[in-house]
Amino acid sequence: MNPTELFECVTSLSCIVTQTSTGLIVGALLFLVATGLTLIFGVLGVINFAHGSLYMLGAYLGLTGYRMTGSFLLATLIAGAGVGLFALLFERFFMRRVYNADVLMQLLVCYAFILILDDAVKLIWGAEFQSMGMPDAFQAPPLFVGGGIIPLFYLVLIAAAAVIALVLWYVLTKTRTGKIVRAAAHNPTMTSALGLNTNLIYAGVFACGGVLAGMAGALAAPVRSMSPGMGFSILIESFIVTVIGGMGSVSGALVGALLIGLVRSFGSIGFPSFVEGIMFLAMALILVLKPSGLMGREPRV
Amino acid sequence: MSHKRTDTPALPQRRKLMQGAAALAGMSAIGLPALSFAQNKPIRVGMPTILSGRVAQLGLSSRNAVMIEVEKFNAAGGFGGRKIEMVVRDSKGQPQEAARVARELVNSEGCELLLDAEASSGAFAVHEVARDLGVFCIHTNSETSSLTADPKLRIPNAFRCARQGIHDAIVGGAYAAQVAKEKGLTRWMSCSPDYAYGRDTTAEFFQYAKHFNKDIEVTGDIWVKLFQADYSEAITRLVQGRPQAIYSCLWGGDLSSFIEQGNIYALFKERQFFAVNMADYTVLSVVKNVPPGLNSGNRYLRSVPHTEANDAWAEAYQAKNKELPTNWAWQNAAGINFLTAAIQKANSVDGAKLADALRGLTIDSPFGSNGKITMRADDQTIVDYAVAWGELQNKEPYMPTPLIGDWQQIVELETEWKKSKGWA
Repeated sequence: MNPTELFECVTSLSCIVTQTSTGLIVGALLFLVATGLTLIFGVLGVINFAHGSLYMLGAYLGLTGYRMTGSFLLATLIAGAGVGLFALLFERFFMRRVYNADVLMQLLVCYAFILILDDAVKLIWGAEFQSMGMPDAFQAPPLFVGGGIIPLFYLVLIAAAAVIALVLWYVLTKTRTGKIVRAAAHNPTMTSALGLNTNLIYAGVFACGGVLAGMAGALAAPVRSMSPGMGFSILIESFIVTVIGGMGSVSGALVGALLIGLVRSFGSIGFPSFVEGIMFLAMALILVLKPSGLMGREPRV
Repeated sequence: MSHKRTDTPALPQRRKLMQGAAALAGMSAIGLPALSFAQNKPIRVGMPTILSGRVAQLGLSSRNAVMIEVEKFNAAGGFGGRKIEMVVRDSKGQPQEAARVARELVNSEGCELLLDAEASSGAFAVHEVARDLGVFCIHTNSETSSLTADPKLRIPNAFRCARQGIHDAIVGGAYAAQVAKEKGLTRWMSCSPDYAYGRDTTAEFFQYAKHFNKDIEVTGDIWVKLFQADYSEAITRLVQGRPQAIYSCLWGGDLSSFIEQGNIYALFKERQFFAVNMADYTVLSVVKNVPPGLNSGNRYLRSVPHTEANDAWAEAYQAKNKELPTNWAWQNAAGINFLTAAIQKANSVDGAKLADALRGLTIDSPFGSNGKITMRADDQTIVDYAVAWGELQNKEPYMPTPLIGDWQQIVELETEWKKSKGWA
């Protein structure tokens, strides 16, 4: 443990800038994955254990899209659309059949898809790890703010995540579609009785979760190498985020993801050997003090 | 009477002759093919390795390299007509699975010999199976020095045909010390994976770097999780530490991610980076921007050693498998070469006779620093293979001016290291 180093860091502007920007980027990518997970849980009431694999699929589709088009923006959109389509088919043909089944059955279906997708990736892209490399447009020296370092590409990532978060917030709170989705999450039976097509809502939400995970995978591709099975670690962190933020709460996912990002960033200075431990400790504390999560709804009695 | 006496035995003789002919016919029908079958029975060699998961490519390249050598051996007639048949099984990179698979290969699959292509954690598990069953075994991928250096672990029937961490550390330390003197690098930090290999290799590298250059000071070390996706926090700590040089034994996709992420923080700008595992085609071919001032040990490069034999071997591997070989590939090719050479020398596939033949055996090899590699008799591990360090560039030859390790110096320092451990 290095509490002295942590103290020196929080009293130094350069360290605060560098570590905060690092925390924000870790949190931003985590938010994109976790928000899909929490959205699906909030509306459909199922935990998509295969969500990490959607992130992996997005990274690989982004890689192929980038190699085909040479445009990182197009690659990200291709990844989002491709994974969204896959998620739609996954929901329609498989998950739909286990909505009312035991959670163990849902877990088995998802686990089967994790294995299938890992092997499919191996067959299509190969067993060896892949790397997209930094797109030429972002190959620029980092910015120096207050003596701290902020990589240009990470600013782009944070901005992209912020735009996606804003769009999501607007759609969910200000549009009719958002109201329907929230109604379906609140009371699916009543929503259906009002003549709304809940199957369509479920499929749409699942696809939306897929789009977010796919875009997160593609956005991370320039700096994170890809390999079959890469979705597992981000799935674990996404679960921690959803538990901390509150299962089913999009704003909770944002708060939880940023919190985890900052804990990782500053924790690595003060407690380098216990960063993972701090994350799980935070989750345990939330579970004890506020089991519904920071922004989750308290269950009705 | 005498005539009768002489005639009468003729009948039994004729009968015996007929019986003999019948027996011979019977032997021809049953016995001789059986004898012929025994002579042509394949020599089954079990090969536990990692064929799935994050490092599957290394296991696949091990298998690919072995198959090329086995095909050559079999095409040349094998051992008195007996061909080698490889039985390759996936351990999924799990030690307990590696041990189970190894045991099954011997007990159920009828394998007479083992070529253990496991990473270190699995290799130690297979080593115990070899100890228990007494089966002849060559470890081809474990670089952990203690596997053969520690006399308590050593068994007469197990050998290692893989580079050793201590050899890389000595050559790497000597090279780093030289670069440090030339460029005035005194402040060093490290960033390595947090498990036995990462900790041991980093400690040994700095031990020898300081041995050759007393001015080197290690001002900080950072340990990251194996297969970690994001290294931002480690990179920013390195940036805050302002070292003049950084050492890392990250490998594969982890190293690739670290470099990509380090590049956007300008981590390598005006800073020397020493990454022992960089010079392997699996990494070199995917890292788009190899930063200047990047130094590495040679994992496998067709230009190190810079010989026609090595280049031809890489060419043949690439032609057959449509990919470039890995460090595991050359080690396994050399491993099966040692096995076939030992079979020829011992004129047997009996494990004990093979072990006797293999101890101290020297073979011609594209991977030798002088065209030959030797299975050292006293600790049953290979020496004289090409160990080198050098600065990297973006294209072939990736390491244009390698510093090839001097084996006399390596052995001297290795002996001292063993003494310090109480192993010699």
